[in-house]
Amino acid sequence: MAAAPAPPAALLKDAGLFALVAFGLSVPIVSYRTDLGASGLELTPRWGLVASLCAAVFLLRIAQRLVLDRRAARAARTPAPHQASEAASAEPKAGRSLSQLGLSRLGLPLFVGFALTLPLVAALATGGLSPARYWIDLGILILTYVMLGWGLNIVVGLAGLLDLGYVAFYAVGAYSYALLSTVFGLSFWICLPLAGLFAGLWGVMLGFPVLRLRGDYLAIVTLAFGEIIRLVLINWGEVTGGSAGITSIPRATFFGVPFKAGPDGFSALVGLAFDPMHRIVFLYYLILALALITSLVTLRLRRLPIGRAWEALREDEIACRALGIDTTKTKLTAFALGAMFGGFAGSFFAVRQGFVSPESFNFLESAIILAIVVLGGMGSQFGVAVAAVAMVGGPELLRNLGFLKSVFGEGFDPNEFRLLLFGLAMVAMMIWRPRGLISDRIPTVALGRRKAIGKDLVREGHG
Amino acid sequence: MATRRPQDPDAVLTVEHLTMRFGGLTAVDDLSFRVGRGDITALIGPNGAGKTTVFNCITGFYRPSEGMLTLRHADGSAHLLERLPNHAVNRRAGVARTFQNIRLFSGMTVLENLMVAQHAPLMRASGYTLFGLLGLSGYRRAEAAAIERAKAWLERIDLLARADDPAGDLPYGDQRRLEIARAMCTGPALLCLDEPAAGLNPRESADLARLLRHIRDDHATSVLLIEHDMAVVMEISDHVIVLDYGQKIADGAPAEIREDPRVIAAYLGVEDEEIAQVDAEVGLTIPVAEGAGA
Repeated sequence: MAAAPAPPAALLKDAGLFALVAFGLSVPIVSYRTDLGASGLELTPRWGLVASLCAAVFLLRIAQRLVLDRRAARAARTPAPHQASEAASAEPKAGRSLSQLGLSRLGLPLFVGFALTLPLVAALATGGLSPARYWIDLGILILTYVMLGWGLNIVVGLAGLLDLGYVAFYAVGAYSYALLSTVFGLSFWICLPLAGLFAGLWGVMLGFPVLRLRGDYLAIVTLAFGEIIRLVLINWGEVTGGSAGITSIPRATFFGVPFKAGPDGFSALVGLAFDPMHRIVFLYYLILALALITSLVTLRLRRLPIGRAWEALREDEIACRALGIDTTKTKLTAFALGAMFGGFAGSFFAVRQGFVSPESFNFLESAIILAIVVLGGMGSQFGVAVAAVAMVGGPELLRNLGFLKSVFGEGFDPNEFRLLLFGLAMVAMMIWRPRGLISDRIPTVALGRRKAIGKDLVREGHG
Repeated sequence: MATRRPQDPDAVLTVEHLTMRFGGLTAVDDLSFRVGRGDITALIGPNGAGKTTVFNCITGFYRPSEGMLTLRHADGSAHLLERLPNHAVNRRAGVARTFQNIRLFSGMTVLENLMVAQHAPLMRASGYTLFGLLGLSGYRRAEAAAIERAKAWLERIDLLARADDPAGDLPYGDQRRLEIARAMCTGPALLCLDEPAAGLNPRESADLARLLRHIRDDHATSVLLIEHDMAVVMEISDHVIVLDYGQKIADGAPAEIREDPRVIAAYLGVEDEEIAQVDAEVGLTIPVAEGAGA
């Protein structure tokens, strides 16, 4: 990228080129509006709209170039400290924000604190538990994805293995609970560890043949595995109920005490008036606890030899083998542990919905979970949490942007533009934070003070 | 220094009839040699002579087409390297290596690099993660001991002050030394170094020579190294093996190698008959040094 600002003529030419591309794209899509009239198809020309679109692209490109050129100029003026000595990373870096270390250190406790108080805050803000249901449900949804993100983070973020079929383990966990509880009548608290165990077992079974592959090949095979599980769930009708799924899965109990009105229910036990929201709040804290366990175990594992071996594997697999680390077993443990947490999350999903079907476990889910990990910054717990809030909560938030109607007119439905905005946000992330929100790595052990390691040194793994 | 006698006549590594073929190409052809216990042995030869291939066979990255590689520990136990899986060559047989293009974990700190190298004992101490996860004191003690060991090595290679910096941030020479320290943290019986002096300035080369002698004398570790810098080879090695086109052309003490007409021929690329003529033109020692630059 040019360090000096581009001359105006070049700038205009560049922006003109962009406008031309925009014109070319908008002619077939935007220029005529087609309506079904009385005499067949009616065409309404909209050349004004095309012109304004091209103008907008033109101006935006100029603005972007101005901003980017200034950033590049600033980055060129402040060379990195190790630039002189190390050729491998000699490209100039923009100054890394010092607050990031503080953010990733304080961020997680702040997130946990907020998550702990959310039902209370929501109830106070909306004036009662029942009106707060929407917010608590949203919280449950987000926390499920936080947990899935943290689980996948072990595989992708720490061990550097690209897993595109993580949802398979989520499905195994969900169906494990669904089948064990409906067929054998086992309670949720027995099924939860079993579901995690089964998912972990599937992780090992998948891992054995697959982990000799690397990079793109590993990604494709895991993708296929995700699809295989889904197709088996659809086609093995006698056991899984086919595409109809499994219904009337027993609900979660308060460690054996059901949430129901009556003398032997939860409300009678604690002496409260019966409220169906108790179950929702309980589910909320259940998933919060599960997510926190995932996070704590991961943080702890990072400081154990196995966690260091995972990260070393991500950095350089060949060096790992030369140091006597059994890379196959190390990868398998990462795969199995990630799968186990996915299984826990899956069994929570089943107990919350009371219904599972293969629909819930399509590739899009895997993609969302992976996007959460990548967006958050691979390996960063807080980043993943923030990304889950943004990825899952963001679209939900757009549903509620009613005030936009007053700006764009009554016919405007922000919901229709959810995916568009979403795509824009992703593009913006790719430009400004290609390595995720929090891309620095905190060392697992230090003689003195722990210093964050810049993203340009940390490798992303290659399968 | 260069004519030092081996401390122990029995070899730490015996290579017998090693042959490595890649398709139609025979990179190493019926090679046999011994690496003496407590020696620094140098493996030299022109580019493409098959030195790194030999290393990859010894360290388990390649499975030899033919031949036998026996590693004997001081206690008499023996390992057949060609039968071990890649990682077990280090873990069980105790062969550590460095790489021609440095392979540090650049995104991990200097200290973490040395901790990863102590993976196997730490895994045992952490009860294969279970005890460590529960935070039992046995693992904490083992980890503290591992940190002490890493600190001792960092002191030895003068990098203690940079222990908490990312390894990728170190200057080139420091990275080379750190890679050697990392290999030594696995507690090897044989240390294989692939061009450890490549890219080092004379002062760094002298430091390296000191470090290698320290490893040989104080750690009961034998050293096998590939090197192009003849000054380093002649100064520190007890024994030199010369390869050309995958075959051994000379084997002996550095002083003998220096005089060997076949070695000079290999490095200068002339016929044996022309050696006398070349000798007259450039003298005997210079050709070898020139070969280092080639």
